[in-house]
Amino acid sequence: MDKSGEAYWKATLGLLTKILTVWFLVSFGAGILFADLLNNIHLGGYPLGFWFAQQGSMYIFVALIFIYGKKMGEIDRKFDVHED
Amino acid sequence: MDLQTTIYLVVGASFALYIGIAFWAKAGSTSEFYVAGGGIGPRMNGMATAADWMSAASFISMAGMISNMGYGGGLFLMGWTGGYVLLALLLAPYLRKFGKFTVPQFIGDRYYSKSASTVAVLCLLTASLTYVIGQMTGVGVAFSRFLGVSSETGIYVGMGIVFVYAVLGGMKGITYTQVAQYWVLVIAYTIPAIFISIQLTGNPIPQLGLGSNLVGSDISLLQKLDQIVVELGFGQYTTTTAGSTLNMFLYTLSLMIGTAGLPHVIMRFFTVKTVADARSSAGWALVFIAILYTTAPAVGAMAKVNLLRTITPGVVMQNADIYAKDAAIEYAKRPDWMARWEKTGLLKFEDKNGDGRIQYYNDKTKNEAAKAKFDEAGWKGNELTVNADIIVLANPEIALLPNWVIALVAAGGLAAALSTAAGLLLAISSAISHDLVKGVFNPKISERGELMAGKVAMACAIVVAGYLGLNPPGFAAGTVALAFGIAASSLFPAIMMGIFSKKMNKEGAIAGMLAGLFITLFYVFAHKGIFFIKGTDFVDMIGGPNPFFGVSPEAFGAVGAMVNFIVAFLVDKVTAEPPEHIQHLVESVRTPRGAKAVDGAH
Repeated sequence: MDKSGEAYWKATLGLLTKILTVWFLVSFGAGILFADLLNNIHLGGYPLGFWFAQQGSMYIFVALIFIYGKKMGEIDRKFDVHED
Repeated sequence: MDLQTTIYLVVGASFALYIGIAFWAKAGSTSEFYVAGGGIGPRMNGMATAADWMSAASFISMAGMISNMGYGGGLFLMGWTGGYVLLALLLAPYLRKFGKFTVPQFIGDRYYSKSASTVAVLCLLTASLTYVIGQMTGVGVAFSRFLGVSSETGIYVGMGIVFVYAVLGGMKGITYTQVAQYWVLVIAYTIPAIFISIQLTGNPIPQLGLGSNLVGSDISLLQKLDQIVVELGFGQYTTTTAGSTLNMFLYTLSLMIGTAGLPHVIMRFFTVKTVADARSSAGWALVFIAILYTTAPAVGAMAKVNLLRTITPGVVMQNADIYAKDAAIEYAKRPDWMARWEKTGLLKFEDKNGDGRIQYYNDKTKNEAAKAKFDEAGWKGNELTVNADIIVLANPEIALLPNWVIALVAAGGLAAALSTAAGLLLAISSAISHDLVKGVFNPKISERGELMAGKVAMACAIVVAGYLGLNPPGFAAGTVALAFGIAASSLFPAIMMGIFSKKMNKEGAIAGMLAGLFITLFYVFAHKGIFFIKGTDFVDMIGGPNPFFGVSPEAFGAVGAMVNFIVAFLVDKVTAEPPEHIQHLVESVRTPRGAKAVDGAH
């Protein structure tokens, strides 16, 4: 396997792209651009678009950072650049 | 025990705690002063970051703004939390690996240029000073409203408290007090919210209560709220955006980028042991922030419901006719809390139609059906103005909660303002003692000398912040536009390109920072006056308000950031590549292995 710095950085950027895509979709997508559309669906008493803007996106942000931390740790170990 | 005594006891106890921590956590080295010795655990750093981040505005004003704006207020929630995703993914771990004391030091070293770090210091000082003035006035406001002393006295007391733990303890003292302040402020925020949520929806968790039905009814709280505010001529609560969709989009993006680029937040991540800790610490910070931030929309909406049912009894729970002659409450019979807050000027009543009752509605509505109803009911204009800050400050009184809850809210507001002020003051003083005194003027200064310089700079920064808090200049009102605009348009792009582009050179970075900064300040000052001085605005010269696709100045930071990236890229293309050792530096910053404790050595 290619363990060079370049391959490590490529793996890192791949992970960042995936996470930032979700980050964008839940806030700017579901919370803003498609909020009106999603408001036709209800989550309990919440219209769904409103829920994403004022609740859901924040919960997902928290999850995203922890997923990022875990996956980054795996990439670090795979390319043997982790801290001891 | 009467209310005033209870407040004095609770606030006094919280201050005693902070001072006790200050004497326990004194800083004996520059490493302790700048980065708390570099050994703070990720969870504890997350808590301190949360308190550092959540300011007087988050605690006192945000729920009120959401209450007024409805759905559009979500831009503050998404913007101020989404920035932590950017911070965790793009900046914090790499800056931690770089392992130096300050943000300008990274920019100076990465772009091998004293000019670059000096530009960064100027951006940092402007953003942080604007921000800290708001905290100082927040301390004054909390004192004058709750403790019955003048806001001047409040600011002096606040300065004294921060002085003790920030000058003695530097980052070390600030970190441990911020952890204590986090608990004070989050408890103070959530307890009233829980009580109010139970009263209105029967659900003790405000985040769920906001999506629940009203007590004893099968209509959801938000649906009822939508119906009433539309009847009163306001926009529907769950759908009204902040300006156009484009404006809301850019406003949110600007707050996110600005949040990630604010130095006082970034430098908290220099205090953890490892790169992996920096990553998880950002997650913990957002957990602790989200506890308050997901409660805020419930506080906002429920306070609005409570306000409406106070003014027109029966309109929420019993479907009373809101336009009926005797529906609105008689001014003489208004609840005590209204009378109390009228004295502060935050609540104003004017009986325009002389019926002795309070009419609260949107008299400028474009909704013709509602307008016809207003005329039919004999209303002659809105009679009640409610300052957004009341929503949190008077919340416990509106919900008829016991005195100790009111006292807790007072201590919470002060904790929020003091913790943020301390973080900002540390960013300011370390930029002066480390980046200017040691970096530019006297590189040979000893460790002891630099520690002393840091403490003197801290003391001076407190005096300056206090003075500006007592005599707020015009630009104090521009925290969002100025601080976030500058952080978004200059600092964030420069740091990010420094990590993600090996080839970005000093010419590109400096040109980018200056271009982003210039265009953002130009747009903001055109609307609000040069440094917010009245009469110096020149918005007509650029084609009237919000000329750039209807984008408001607060939302312009993201555009400034784009300009920064583009200019930096173009200039970089036509100038020389950065030297070999800088490209190696970037490579080493990208990998976690070899991270050592943060030290400031040049």
